Amino acid sequence: MLTKRIIPCLDVRRRKVTKGVRFQNNIDLGDPVEMAVAYSDGGCDELVFYDITASADQRDIDIDMVREVAKAVHIPFAVGGGIKNLEDMRQVLLAGAEKVSVNSLAVQNPNIITQGAKQFGSQCIVLGMDPVGVAKSDKFPSGYEITIEGFRKRTGLDALQWAKHAEELGAGEIVVNSVDADGTQEGFEINLTRLIAENVGIPVVASGGGGTCQHLIDVFNKGKADAAIIASMIHTGRFTIRQIKDKLIAAGIPIRQKW
Amino acid sequence: MITIIDYKAGNLTSVRLAFEHIGCKVKITDKAEEILQAEKIVFPGVGAAKAAMETIKTLNILEAIYKVIADGRPFFGICIGMQLLFKMSEEDGGTKCLGILAGSVKKFKSADRFCKIPQMGWNTVKIIKSHPVFEGIEDQSEFYFVHSYYPSCDEKSNIIGQTEYADAVFASAAGKENLVATQFHPERSGRIGLKLLENFSKWDGRDGKC
Repeated sequence: MLTKRIIPCLDVRRRKVTKGVRFQNNIDLGDPVEMAVAYSDGGCDELVFYDITASADQRDIDIDMVREVAKAVHIPFAVGGGIKNLEDMRQVLLAGAEKVSVNSLAVQNPNIITQGAKQFGSQCIVLGMDPVGVAKSDKFPSGYEITIEGFRKRTGLDALQWAKHAEELGAGEIVVNSVDADGTQEGFEINLTRLIAENVGIPVVASGGGGTCQHLIDVFNKGKADAAIIASMIHTGRFTIRQIKDKLIAAGIPIRQKW
Repeated sequence: MITIIDYKAGNLTSVRLAFEHIGCKVKITDKAEEILQAEKIVFPGVGAAKAAMETIKTLNILEAIYKVIADGRPFFGICIGMQLLFKMSEEDGGTKCLGILAGSVKKFKSADRFCKIPQMGWNTVKIIKSHPVFEGIEDQSEFYFVHSYYPSCDEKSNIIGQTEYADAVFASAAGKENLVATQFHPERSGRIGLKLLENFSKWDGRDGKC
């Protein structure tokens, strides 16, 4: 049976993994390559690296870091943040990443999804989205609006419409990162995740808010996510991936057990 | 030395890095003469069947591929590289493939809106028969898959491992004599995947019993 994926997220700034709440008060957590190896050996199913400052300050992607990660871990990993064009995608994929994730760039230039999918295959192109809850209206029928540039800018796009559009354009997967839940450790936003998951034909990854094993159980059972991104719960050392997976298996969720 | 055939179907970096990690020397080539000299051949790839077959013809490497397989050299097809070994694929309105394995490649059908296509992620492989490349790999081990089409073997004795997804129970690993193939990506399947690649790197192409 296809298992639900647990994906540690490593926000990287100048070769250090950082963690903040709603993009504020970031603290250094360690070396990205060492942490990737530790999580991979610990049983995570995939990894995602975001260069959280890249979009705002226009810095180039750290391709050397991508190469080092690819040498050190032999599970899939995605790289997002700071991808500016097709050439960046090519470099990241050739360095050994399985997937690239586009977020602000795709809003500004949706065509990049189609071009990337054509060149490298849909399975490589992940749409990351950062929706924030708003009042339901004609403009926002889902009740969620897409934000970009680290939640700093609103776009006027409805989250569900954007997800469907991205699928048509050729995205192979969608990461739904709730702005309201991000970093809170108070639980994933189940309704938003399920809304996207039941309306697109591609896998949906829930992100933002995971703090306990029950949150993960809920986002898989109720939110219908195919995968979930976690950060604080493991970065703080509060849980190991083994502990999380044992709880999920006990709750009857299909999870990769041997690694 | 492991020779990886580069027929422009996707990114070969992870395959190369995985073999290098287990201490193998790797050569990547798109030239017939280098394929003909290869000791052990890996035929990887992601993407669409028709474009892949067309590129193989354009590169003039089709005969070399047939020749090294017929010669008995260890040959490993991965993902689309497995699918191309069958007679035909339903992809792109029907694509004639290499026809080395009996059977065809079909598209998953899903009646459940939450069962997404492509299959993307880790799924279990039920080992149907022992094979040198699967030595030390436990039954029901999990491997990483990304695909919308699956191989359907006509010759049941070719099936090494099976996996269930959507409407199918399919051959996720198959073999015939010196040829072995997996629908999953061992190069992305962590320690267990590396073990499988290591087994292949040590395999002489015999005793496959498929």
